[in-house]
Amino acid sequence: MLRFLARRFLWFVITISTVMTVSFFLMHSVKGGPFDGERKLDPVIEANIKARYHLDWPLWRQYLQYVGPFNLDDQRALAAFDEEGGFSLWRSEGAEGEPTRAFGGVLTGDFGPSFRYKDFTVNDILEESLPISALLGVLSMMFAVALGVSAGIASALRPGSGIDLTLRIAATGGIALPNFVIASFLVILFVFLIPLLPVAGWGTIQHMLLPGFCLGLVFAAYIARLTRTGMLETLSADYIRTAHAKGLAPRTVVMRHALKGGLLPVVSYLGPATAGILTGSLVIEKIFFIPGTGSHFINAATNRDYTLAMGVTILFTVLVYTLNTVVDMAYTLLDPRIKLEDE
Amino acid sequence: MALQRIARQVIPVALLASLLGGAIYATRGARLEPADFVFNNGTEVQTLDPATVTGVPEGRAIRMLFEGLLVSHPETLEPLPGVAERWEVSDDGLEYTFHLRHDALWSNGDQVTSADFMWSFERFLDPQTAAEYAYMLWYVEGAEAFTTEVEDGRAVHGFDTVGITAPDEYTLCFRLKAPTPFFLELMAFYPMFPVNRRNIEEAQERFPDRWQQQWLRPENIVCNGPYVVEFRRVNDRIRFVKNPSYWDADNVAFETVDALAVESYTTALNLYLTGECHWIDVPPANVIQELMPREDFNPIPYLGTYFYRVNVTKPPLDDPLVRRALSLTIPRKDICEKVTKAGQVPAYALVPPGLAGYTNANMPHGASYEADVAEAKRLMAEAGYGPGGKTFPTIEIHYNTADAHMQIALVIADAWSKYLGINAKLLNQEWKVYLDTQSNVGYDVSRSAWIGDYADPNNFVDLFVTGGENNKTGWGNADYDRLVRDAAAELDPAKRMAMLQAAEAILVDELPVLPIYNYVTQTTFSPRLGGYFPNVKDEHFPKFWYWMDEEELAAKRAGHMGRDDMQAVEAWGPKAGLYPPAHPKGRARASNEGPPLNEAPPLNEEGGD
Repeated sequence: MLRFLARRFLWFVITISTVMTVSFFLMHSVKGGPFDGERKLDPVIEANIKARYHLDWPLWRQYLQYVGPFNLDDQRALAAFDEEGGFSLWRSEGAEGEPTRAFGGVLTGDFGPSFRYKDFTVNDILEESLPISALLGVLSMMFAVALGVSAGIASALRPGSGIDLTLRIAATGGIALPNFVIASFLVILFVFLIPLLPVAGWGTIQHMLLPGFCLGLVFAAYIARLTRTGMLETLSADYIRTAHAKGLAPRTVVMRHALKGGLLPVVSYLGPATAGILTGSLVIEKIFFIPGTGSHFINAATNRDYTLAMGVTILFTVLVYTLNTVVDMAYTLLDPRIKLEDE
Repeated sequence: MALQRIARQVIPVALLASLLGGAIYATRGARLEPADFVFNNGTEVQTLDPATVTGVPEGRAIRMLFEGLLVSHPETLEPLPGVAERWEVSDDGLEYTFHLRHDALWSNGDQVTSADFMWSFERFLDPQTAAEYAYMLWYVEGAEAFTTEVEDGRAVHGFDTVGITAPDEYTLCFRLKAPTPFFLELMAFYPMFPVNRRNIEEAQERFPDRWQQQWLRPENIVCNGPYVVEFRRVNDRIRFVKNPSYWDADNVAFETVDALAVESYTTALNLYLTGECHWIDVPPANVIQELMPREDFNPIPYLGTYFYRVNVTKPPLDDPLVRRALSLTIPRKDICEKVTKAGQVPAYALVPPGLAGYTNANMPHGASYEADVAEAKRLMAEAGYGPGGKTFPTIEIHYNTADAHMQIALVIADAWSKYLGINAKLLNQEWKVYLDTQSNVGYDVSRSAWIGDYADPNNFVDLFVTGGENNKTGWGNADYDRLVRDAAAELDPAKRMAMLQAAEAILVDELPVLPIYNYVTQTTFSPRLGGYFPNVKDEHFPKFWYWMDEEELAAKRAGHMGRDDMQAVEAWGPKAGLYPPAHPKGRARASNEGPPLNEAPPLNEEGGD
């Protein structure tokens, strides 16, 4: 177990630094900068804005400054004496008397100021929006798993029956219909025709119902199909026949013995899916006006908000990686034949 | 195995507990009491710092929080007293003196004095602040040099070289380079609003690394306007509460106001239709026709022009005859009536119509579109293209990715191909890439627009001087440059306007830009909202807003219901109205809610001192 985690951690470091490096240079190579607007700025003003965010530096230096941990500002210092003569680490006085940090960057947990939303740091924005997306994500994932797994089992128990066919058509529909279509339909139905729910916004349980349902539906459909496939395969396995032969109740056979094996494909799908759903969905957040992380994925890129775009990319990478590791560990609980050391 | 069993029992409980904790954390602050007034600001603001932004949403938020020397009348936009209670202009139009009121306070209790303005103007013009709108104050003597003459990014001149002085605590004088008829209008414009020096300096001291964010935090920001910030959440809302220190607080009606950051037009409209939002700035384009007859949608001309830039450095578009032919063939009327549909006005000039004292120089055009097309064909033949002449190369219409722009481009490309035989392709680019292409004049024909910052033709004509940063067409004309330059120094307003008109005449003769239409405002607001008027700059001033009661609303409707095409709609807002404390109806309400009825109302009803 420990060896497994250590190896995973090593790969984590490699993955994250690759993602960070590639996306940093990719983003800076895209045309247009964060401060380009319809009005061209006066050259002096433009130069000073760029200088404030170090965009006048060569790219390698911007990268090192961004990653950290050393602050590359001109007045950097590891330690200095302050005004009263006291010794303080990591700080020094700059030319104008303003204190300068010696450490910074992603390695110190600092994602920098947002280039677009100048009143916030990237840390502020992620701290505020991630819990919102995560809560909505967890709720819709719980709904998706409950609906998907039960539909999948129902299908698998009587393959080819009317129930199976209906559920499979529904699942295909759930995958094929884009969630903004479902969202618009639900808004018309539950807000305008039957005024039950608020149209958009965030704050109460009522606000979460429509977006949670729309968000979860696609996942439920995938999970239903995966469960059906997995269960069909498991139900025809020898050990299930043995269980039946031992005279166990069909319910016990399905719930205790078949489900564990049948859910393996679902579990491996859940890792990346949960990472995706936790970080929010652009479309659902736009339609239902939810201040989550999802819209930052797109907006930060179109605004060329370099730091925020990097922040959400790194966050997403960390989540996908962590959840995949959790999924791998979950396998051993479900199927005793799988050992982590085999990896 | 025991470990596994414990894990099986503990994990679900832990998961549920963390979910519950997460739910409380994620919805904290979300259960706000509904605000008295909610409007959609369209997007998250970039910052609340008045000095460093140029956007419309930022302007709306900043006008809630700060107040400059002057404010504008909500309907006519005439200057009204703000922090300055009166002002004088010298006869030559070069000296402006403002007398500050003595009762203007910051939200921390400090007085607003001329020193605050001096410090704020210095900060605004300082190249280190990098204010995008700094050029708006370059009409003041020495200001342009102060901002633009730098060494290592820092100003080389002292602020004493700038023509702004404060003879005493309550007087502020400006000396201008040339008479600037719109200078009072500028003083009501949000970049000119003061900020609190102590606010910023304390933040610099307490948060050396993050003061740029920290001084604007709701708990730190110090304002002098009708509202202060209570709460902010990115991509959700800014919650404003009434500022009790504001000098005119007795005339501010709403206790709380929310500015939402809804980006989707459809969602904004849905919020409006369900009464959760009382004013939206732009409805979705596909419902404009249904909105047109409603009393809550009154588009009026807006100070902006939609046009195409032409790359005049590239043959065959370097030929003015060709550009004139292209311009004449644009089916402006069809575009306004069948594509944009909200009452936009076909434009034949760059400057929007209706500016006081100014008559547009229109592009020469015939009485009908058919006549224009015939003339265009003749011009093309004259330029050597068409039957028997050279073949016209394929050109590209360049626009930023958006449905509305594509539809207009399609209509124009179709007309050019149908009547002039020109093969025009469409090229859309993502916003920032589009801006980059446009700045480098790397296009053939490129969609553009300009919204005026102040109601003066100079704001538009100034764009196309040779080598100007916003020219982006490669066009230049020495006569044009001379007229624009001379107009800026001209003392006589009538002569000045004539010079600007002559400049515009050159522009529409050579057509480096093809005007298409003039914008209209599309603001949609609850009919109950008082003190709010659609206006030519689409700027709205929070201190005047209030809710009308049924009586006043009925009177308002009686005023416009004479028009039988006007359709009454649900008027969001409290039926009893909500009036400021100084209003007779506001006082009545306050005394109803306040002490028991048998207690005498306070005697000094006029508000004392």
